[in-house]
Order: sequence, then structure tokens, then C-alpha cells
Amino acid sequence: MMDISIKTHKGKIAIPRYAIDMVGADERAASFTKRSIKKKSKLDALYCAISMTDLTTLEGADTVEKVRQLCAKAVNPVPPYIQHTLEGAKDLKAIPCVAAVCVYPNMVPIAAECLEGTGIEIAAVATAFPSGQFPLNLKLKDVDKTINYGATEIDMVISRGEFLEGKYQKVFNEIAAVKEVCKGRAHLKVILETGELKTYDNVRMASWLAMEAGADFIKTSTGKVSPAATMPVTLVMLQAIADYYRLKGKKIGMKPAGGIRTAKQAVHYLVMVNEVLGEDWLTKDLFRFGASSLLDDLLRQIFKQATGQYFDTDMFSI
Amino acid sequence: MAKKNKKTQKNKSKKTQPKKGFHFEYDEALESTAVVKLKKKYGLFIGGEFKASKSGKTFKTENPATGEKLAELALADKKDVDSAVQAAKKAFKAWSELSGKERGKYLFRIARLIQERSREFAVLETLDGGKPIKESRDVDIPLAANHFFYYAGWADKLDYAFPGKKIKPVGVCGQIIPWNFPLLMAAWKLAPALAAGNTVVLKPAEQTSLTALLLAEVIQEAELPKGVVNIITGEGKTGAALVDHPDVKKIAFTGSTDIGKTIAKAIAGSDKKLTLELGGKSANIIFEDAAIDQAVEGIVNGIFFNQGHVCCAGSRVLVQESIKDEVIAKLKKRMSTLRVGNPLDKNTDVGAINSKEQLEKINSLVAIGKKEGGRFHEVDCALPKKGYYCKPCFFEGQTPASTLSRVEVFGPVLSIMTFRTPDEAVKIANDSNYGLAAGIWSEKSSKIHKIASELKAGVIWGNTYNKFDPAAPFGGYKESGFGREGGLHGLYPYVEVR
Repeated sequence: MMDISIKTHKGKIAIPRYAIDMVGADERAASFTKRSIKKKSKLDALYCAISMTDLTTLEGADTVEKVRQLCAKAVNPVPPYIQHTLEGAKDLKAIPCVAAVCVYPNMVPIAAECLEGTGIEIAAVATAFPSGQFPLNLKLKDVDKTINYGATEIDMVISRGEFLEGKYQKVFNEIAAVKEVCKGRAHLKVILETGELKTYDNVRMASWLAMEAGADFIKTSTGKVSPAATMPVTLVMLQAIADYYRLKGKKIGMKPAGGIRTAKQAVHYLVMVNEVLGEDWLTKDLFRFGASSLLDDLLRQIFKQATGQYFDTDMFSI
Repeated sequence: MAKKNKKTQKNKSKKTQPKKGFHFEYDEALESTAVVKLKKKYGLFIGGEFKASKSGKTFKTENPATGEKLAELALADKKDVDSAVQAAKKAFKAWSELSGKERGKYLFRIARLIQERSREFAVLETLDGGKPIKESRDVDIPLAANHFFYYAGWADKLDYAFPGKKIKPVGVCGQIIPWNFPLLMAAWKLAPALAAGNTVVLKPAEQTSLTALLLAEVIQEAELPKGVVNIITGEGKTGAALVDHPDVKKIAFTGSTDIGKTIAKAIAGSDKKLTLELGGKSANIIFEDAAIDQAVEGIVNGIFFNQGHVCCAGSRVLVQESIKDEVIAKLKKRMSTLRVGNPLDKNTDVGAINSKEQLEKINSLVAIGKKEGGRFHEVDCALPKKGYYCKPCFFEGQTPASTLSRVEVFGPVLSIMTFRTPDEAVKIANDSNYGLAAGIWSEKSSKIHKIASELKAGVIWGNTYNKFDPAAPFGGYKESGFGREGGLHGLYPYVEVR
């Protein structure tokens, strides 16, 4: 099949249709789960995963108080009253705070207030999240307003309907327009909603389209569609990032979101990032987990590793 | 919207966050060897019992990962071979007359026992042969069990395998197996022979006899009638005595082409049946319309699986000129993540070379490759100080005339050539005295089918490599041997059709 030709303000560019073999990609993704990460390497990975977490709440039922609770958790993943359990434990460092809190636009002001001065980023979903089925001018207003509220990162959705219709130029233009609004004000993460794009060929092409249009990060899912993030889909996106870096010299970040609930899964993802992109990407500047329940399992595993005892999830605050 | 909250404010503190990526070094994750109870001495398994060799002679088997001795094995000579063949001959009548259903029961039992003791088999296979525990655990042992399951299913259905024909078993079969997949090759050979009602004398390779002897224990545990399977350990002479024995009616050999030729000569003029599974220099063909990232995985799996000790290894990569640079860049990057070292580490991708002799052979061929001027690339990694190891490597800019494009290395050494058109790919692929396997990588299925029909190779994979299944026949053309193992075809060499 022919490459897609896209018009940009700098002239025409080509979006390659890069073939992905599904069976092979699935097998390769599964191979990372066979790595056996133990002892210090495991502990290091768990700490790293916490610092890369975008602690997320994206519910219609979100309230000011709910977001305040989440922000408190973002700053102090471990309630101060059990911090002492870890004192004197071997190999143990202070638990880092998470990378960002991810909320709906309406909740941005409260998050911004709670997180002021912490270094934790305020990520907000915008552009008519999660469907994206709104006119572009409203999406742009959505983004602008959200940044004005205090968001430092915008998680936008692409128009999957238009992508599946083959209107790639339109999808590209939308991302580029959102990027214009974000420029110099907020980082842009582009959500592909891979669960709706279905094929890895689509995922690969959408990844490239988003990177060319100005994405700082590419992100798998909204968390509202099943399946959300999977290892193979993330692998396909990581390989796109690797190729983009090889050909264009620019490092793009990756955010799998939704469905990553256990520390074990998180460690598998980190192994995959390490082996596909290398250590340069093992930083919150280039890799994030979009998750809500993952953090508690990471803490459980750290406490287990440090104390030899399993902690019930209830030991950690909501 | 938001109200100021003093308490929240107070809890704020600047936490340390990593600025640069963290150095992710995987700690050693060793598989425990406690499950294996090594004996100091192992005997010959003849007539259902373990016995010392008549001469009392032994030889040692070592762990190639450390060079340390593991055990002493009985060295079978001509007299021992004779008593094993006699035991098999004695057991033949009752076994061949047993109903297929009953024979199948024994095979099912052996399959289940292999599964039950799979960890023990896997660790022992890795200790004795040097292959990564990941592979013995996930490939060798499960596949060996599957072969017994598969042929157990045929045992009572032989009439359907050969419709309209009368068949009978051949008799005593002599089976000689290699050191690269010790238990798996034993299973490939034993299962169809037993299903068809033959009795067997099996000789494992002298470097890797331990899992065959553990299989003998399993066979005892399964209460297989005595003498149906006999396992004798020894060297080349032991194998030669088995080949020459007049009461052996069929020889199945997997190993080097040189020895295969010697065997063919030795039995010429006799009434012995023969199947040979020999060497290869298989082409792994990457077309420009392939899914490149997956093809690169296929190249890695094709040549570095089991340290390249694979008869069907994709040791010649033919890559279309238009994508050569991309494929080589990606291959180099992918190879840099290969973990070479202690085979017992669950994270090891490439383990130890099977023996000192094999390592020397590989090194001498690499030296020839360098002398001939191929562009050489090897993984930049530290190797363990003890034991036999080889860094995974490739030569690019090779030609069909290069030594490494023609001679089987049987190690983690890849020869990369280019081609311009599909026709040329076929020509280069077929330009070999071997014809065991081939891989074709393209997203265009019409192309895969066309090329597959033009390749002279017994096994052809499309968009994958080194995939094995008991139901799929395996075997070669030309100097890669003849006869098929696996599938319905795998039964043919073990029956007389009337």
C-alpha cells in the first residue's frame, strides 16, 4: 500500500504504512514477560514506576474533595503514619511522588492548587475526551481553557472515526492545531485509543501521524474502551518511537494507560522500554503509566521487598 | 471551584525525582538445581535395568557452562551393544503384538511423566548441554512431552494412517541422536517407533546423555515392558557397532553430514532401512515488503536460538538490497540486548557452547570469515571466565561463494547476503549442498506461496522461524538427509507397508 501524503505548513510529508506482523509482535511482547526481575533490580524498577505514574481519576462523579484526596496521595503515596515501617530497611529510599495527576478539565484548578510547588505535573484530558466527537473549534477552546486553569500537560484524543474513514489529513490537522495551542504552555500527549483502531498497522500509522503532528508523548488509551493498554500495542508504539528517533533524531515519550494494575505488569513494561528504547527512556520525561490502582500494588511490593511482610492494600490511603 | 485548604498546603514537600533514565541492570535470577539429583556414575539401560558396561569402562560428561565434570557414564562397546540389541529383539514379539490401544497407554504415561518431572528435565538439560534454562523449560521439554502425546494418539489408529494397507513394524531400531536437543531428539525418535510397535536401542550423544538416562528412569516408572527401549551411552564406536549390528533393521540418525555419509556407506547392501537428519545452511529471506521489526526478531531467533546449535538454523540471511541498511541497523540494536552467559540464569538468551571442540570449530570458521574479508559485527558483552562461550555475531557483505555462506557453523554466527529480485533470492537460497529449511518474510502472501514452491528445502516457514510442532513433518533434501520426522510422515520409516 502507498504511503500517506500529508500537507503541512512546511510542505508535504509522507506517513509510511509500515507493516506490522501481529503474530510476531504478540510473541515479542510476551517474551518480555519472561524476564525474571528480582532483588535490587526489582526494587529499583518499582521506585522508578512510582515516579512515572500519572495518578488518574476520570469519572463523571469526580468532585473537588475526591481530587483533593488524590492529590494528597500523589504527593505522599505512603501515608506518613506507616512511613516508619520502612526506616532501617535495607536498600530503601524515600518513596518518590508520582509524575502527574491526571483529571478532567473542571478539576484542573483544584489539582493545580493542591500540587503547587510539588513539581508534580497537572495533566488534563481535553479535546472532547473520551470520544473526540466535537467540532475542532470547541476542542481548541477546551484545550486553551484547560491550560489557563493550570494544566501543564494536555492528554488529547484523536478523532478515531475520521482516522478509520481514511481522513488522515484531518486527523493530522487537528493534532497540529492542538499543538499550536499547547506550544510553550503545556506538554502534549496524543491518545490513539488503540482499542478502537484495532489493527497494529493502524496503531503504527497513527503513532507516526501523531509524532509528525507535534506530539510530545503518544498514549495508548482513554481507559474508557476495552482493551486499553496491552504489551503488544505498546511494543508497536515503542518501535515507532525508536524509528522516529533513528530517522528524525527526536525523542518522543510513551504512555500506556488503562489496564496496568499490578507491579509485575509495570515491571514487564519497564523491561520492554529498556530493551526496545534503552535507558534514556526510563525517566518520567519520556515514559509514564496512566493508572489509578497500580500505585498501591507498587507500594505493596516495595514494602514486601523491604520488610518481608505483605501489606494489605487497606494499609495505604485511597 | 477550589477552596484553599491549609492542611493540604502543609503536606507539600519537594520530593526527589530522577532526572535521567535509571540504569536497569537485571539481577541474576538463577534456576535452582536442587531438583536434580546427580549420580556419580550412570549405567547402561538394557532390558529394563541399569547395568555397568561389560568392560567396566566409563567416560565423563561435563557442564559446558563451567567445564566441570558432572558424572561418569558407562562406555558401551560391541558386547554391550549386542546385549542391548538382544534385549530389544527379545521384547519385540510381545510389544509388536500388543494392541495399539495398549501401546498408546504407555506412551501417554511417558508423556505425562515427562510433564510431571519437567523442571528436573529442564535443569538437567541445561546443566549437561549449556542451553539457556528459558529454552529447555519452554521449548525442549514441553515439545518432547508433546511428541509422546502426539504419537500415543496414532498408536491405535494405524489402520487409518495407512488406509487399505496392511502394515507391520520393522523390528529392532537403532537410533542415534545429537547433542543439540538431547531429550527432544530422543522423543522424536522413540515416540513414532514405539507407536508403530518397534523396539529400540537408542544412543544419545556422548556430550549430552543425562536426560536420556533420566528418560530411562521415566520409562521404568511407566512400567514399559522390559527391553522395549534400551539406552546405551558411548562414543562414535558405540554408534558404529549399533549401525553394524545384523539384528538391527532400521537406523535413524540425526547429526553431522559427514557421519551420515559414513552410516549410509556402512549399511549399503544390507536390508536395513535408513533415515538421516543432517546438517543445513538454511536461508532466511527478508523481502522489502516484510514487517521489518518482526523479521529482525525472526533473524535473531533463527540463528541465536540454542546458540545456533540447530540443524535448521537460519544461518544465511538473504536481505533485499533496498532494506539492507535498515535491517542491519535494527539487527545490531536488537543483538545488543541479548544476554549471554550462565545458562541457569532465567534471563539468559544465549548460553554456553556445547563443548570445547565445538567452540574451537566455531572460532576457526569465524577466523576464516574474517580472513575472507566479511564485515564482522559481534555483541559487545562480557563472557564468563570459565566454560565455553561465543559472542553472537554476523558477517555482512557476504557472497554465495563465502565459506560462511556454504559451510555449516553450528554456532551463533550469521552470514548476511543481499539480493535484488525474488528470482535472485530463490537462486541464492537454493545454491547450497544442503536443503533443510528456509524462512520467507513478506506481508504479501502470494509471494510467500510462490517462493515456497520454488525453494528446495524440507521445512519452510512464512513470517516466522524455528517453530516446531509434533504434527508437522521435519526433514531435508540433498545433503540435509532424507526421511521425515513428526506428523503422519514420521510413522513411514517405522513400518513395513504390505
